Amino acid sequence: MSFLFRRQHLAFISRCRPFSSVGRADVDYFRTFLPTHAILTTLPNDSGSVAPAELDVYNRDWMGKYTGRATTVVKPRSTEEVSKIVRWCNEYDIAIVPQGGNTGLVGGSIPVNDELILSLANMNKVRSFDPVSGILITDAGCILQELTDYIAPHNHIMPIDLGAKGSCQIGGNVATNAGGLRLLRYGSLHGSVLGLEVVLADGTVLDQLTALRKDNTGYDIKQLFIGAEGTLGIVTGVSILTPAAPQASNNVVLALPHFDNVLPLYRKVKRSLSEILSAFEFIDRTAYDLAVKHGQGRGLSDEDVAGAQCFVLVETSGGRREHDEEKLNDLLAELLDAENPLILSGVLSQNPAQFSSLWALREGVTEAISKEGKAYKYDISIPLDKFKVVVDATREHLAERNLIGEHAVKHVMGYGHVGDGNLHLNICAAEYTQEIQDALEPFVYELVASYRGSISAEHGIGAAKTHALHYSKDEVSIELMRKLKALFDPRGILNPKKILE
Amino acid sequence: MRPSAARLLNILVPVKRSVDYAVKIRVNPQQTGVDLNVKHSMNPFDEIAVEEAVRLRERLKDGVKSIKAVTIGPPKASETLRTALAMGADSAIHVEIPESAPAPEPLGVAKALHALIQRGDGEGKVDLVIMGKQAIDDDAGQTGQMLAGLLGWGQATFASKVQVDVEKREAVVLREIDGGSEEIRCRLPLVVTTDLRLNEPRYASLPNIMKAKKKPIEKLTAADLGVDFTPRLETLKVTEPPVRVGGGKVESVDELVAKLKDAGFTAA
Ligand SMILES: Cc1cc2nc3c(=O)[nH]c(=O)nc-3n(C[C@H](O)[C@H](O)[C@H](O)COP(=O)(O)OP(=O)(O)OC[C@H]3O[C@@H](n4cnc5c(N)ncnc54)[C@H](O)[C@@H]3O)c2cc1C
Repeated sequence: MSFLFRRQHLAFISRCRPFSSVGRADVDYFRTFLPTHAILTTLPNDSGSVAPAELDVYNRDWMGKYTGRATTVVKPRSTEEVSKIVRWCNEYDIAIVPQGGNTGLVGGSIPVNDELILSLANMNKVRSFDPVSGILITDAGCILQELTDYIAPHNHIMPIDLGAKGSCQIGGNVATNAGGLRLLRYGSLHGSVLGLEVVLADGTVLDQLTALRKDNTGYDIKQLFIGAEGTLGIVTGVSILTPAAPQASNNVVLALPHFDNVLPLYRKVKRSLSEILSAFEFIDRTAYDLAVKHGQGRGLSDEDVAGAQCFVLVETSGGRREHDEEKLNDLLAELLDAENPLILSGVLSQNPAQFSSLWALREGVTEAISKEGKAYKYDISIPLDKFKVVVDATREHLAERNLIGEHAVKHVMGYGHVGDGNLHLNICAAEYTQEIQDALEPFVYELVASYRGSISAEHGIGAAKTHALHYSKDEVSIELMRKLKALFDPRGILNPKKILE
Repeated sequence: MRPSAARLLNILVPVKRSVDYAVKIRVNPQQTGVDLNVKHSMNPFDEIAVEEAVRLRERLKDGVKSIKAVTIGPPKASETLRTALAMGADSAIHVEIPESAPAPEPLGVAKALHALIQRGDGEGKVDLVIMGKQAIDDDAGQTGQMLAGLLGWGQATFASKVQVDVEKREAVVLREIDGGSEEIRCRLPLVVTTDLRLNEPRYASLPNIMKAKKKPIEKLTAADLGVDFTPRLETLKVTEPPVRVGGGKVESVDELVAKLKDAGFTAA
């Protein structure tokens, strides 16, 4: 009884609370410490308002699926300014959506109503880099690619890399606990993030921006903000461990006759390449064809792709070119000479330009799909041997409802990080429609749950999957999450209706 | 039916191992050259040359009898030949120079290629040389022209399209020139140098990389060809271009005008 009561009570706090809209008085207050260019508002005010269209880039998500109605965007330049804004909003019941590069794929960075958008874009300075330890301390708004470029002359690389690197921010990566292309090698952000600076819901600054590899002094609170999608606090500073850059990298794209060969291939590749294996990515034929069609990297010759049902990209990174190439060449020779070869053919990059072009085939799939149509994205963790089953079952399920074709769903495809057991199931449709949505959900979630998988491996819950959280988290877990939310953000102003309904 | 009179084409493709174009070039501390301890790959224009030779074979089928790649360079240059072989060349020649030797100059290279072409006769005689218009390391852009001069052959430089008629023993080549292009008809034998737009080189496929390992590479020395690679030019000093100094911000128009005046700019 009391359990039920508490639940409803907490739900009341985080769900039903009516927030105040941003008003002229609020903008006037922000003006007392923010320069003119750091406030964009459509509200009438003394320093000039902007046309609503100017806020479109903040109010629309990368996929064009979610639209917010924010009237005001603030772009503070310092932790102190963030703190002032948040304190004010907490006091006056104004809900806030923290926004990084706005590349998130679950609608987390878009207001559900007219929340204030707090963009971290102006917090874009590197605070320090220690070339000996490789520890980088930076503002949350730094763009991932710029950080990569910043540490490159010191022969270090970021432990995370993903297709959105030119726009996404390190704070956004932390907030979504982004996985990406290097997770297989360098692990998740829960390991490489050493410290965080966070502005809490009442404006207090939590300074855990330490640069320690080891620090077992009680609860590791910073971990809670990694993957919290801006619902527990606003990340303003990040301390992250960056690995030394590998001295030699190679990649190959392998064409496989059947999906069934992917797993035996993965085992073989792991065994033969051992410590130099740095990525093992899977692309099915549909996804590959779309990437080539939309000019994401140059495709293989017709001869090399003939009869291929899927492709695998293998990357090696190591310290000595000759050693790595010898290992890779031995593996490739063995694969081709085998009695029952696992691969049909493939290509080995011969220079850095080809290296990038092969990666673009994999990294460009997300973008290719968005050029082709409207994407329904399911980013799931399932046992490796179920990758194809899930893609096929989804396609069949849609076909039974007569939803496959130019009029509805154009393509159903799978690609992703085999090394991490993470499949991106994508359904590319002509338009977003309720009919397709209803056909896909809860079908996909039930399928995933039946394999004890995760309904969101790396993209998060955002606004898109709140209703489906229960497929991956049980009552006990969800209840604890609610309590945490209430503890960190008692008035529920931080990114409302995200993660928890 | 192929008239038996037509001689089939033997194509020679010279290739150079050079610093990869994606590498950021750094001058060495002695200022005698650039840091060579970096990623090398086949000079991009030469890659285009190999690709063009392979495409000619795909178009002319049996009309192309052989595609031979040749490089003049240190031991590691053999990797570049393997790439050419993986792309579709049949065989290769490596004119090896010691690791420590200075890089041969265009005239030395042209003479070596000349000697090599003179060596072949009868069935193996070269009809067509396809080579890069320049190497991206020294950007000299001279070898093709010098070679054509030494051989007394025609030359079609900066090619963006190449069509060969084996029977008529002639080629029609579209050349990139200032502000447009020029189409020329040439008799074989001929030296063609490639421009960027000629084609997009293919990836080396795994089966072809494996096959390439078994293709023959003939090793020769400068002495075998009777040529001397001693440089005729002396490099006095290599320096980096001056660093661009970043701009400054001014608060007002007045300040800007004052700054401009300081820098010596005045209204005419
Ligand atoms: C082409 C493409 C490829 C991608 N590939 C991958 C991939 O391989 N792996 C992967 O995991 N993801 C991938 N993503 C999605 C990924 O989640 C985001 O790209 C990225 O991590 C989000 O960063 P962002 O700065 O754009 O955040 P946003 O989209 O702006 O925000 C994402 C969420 O984080 C919150 N947030 C942002 N900044 C802060 C902050 N400073 N403090 C608190 N909360 C904050 C927002 O409120 C929102 O809930 C991809 C996206 C695209 C478009």
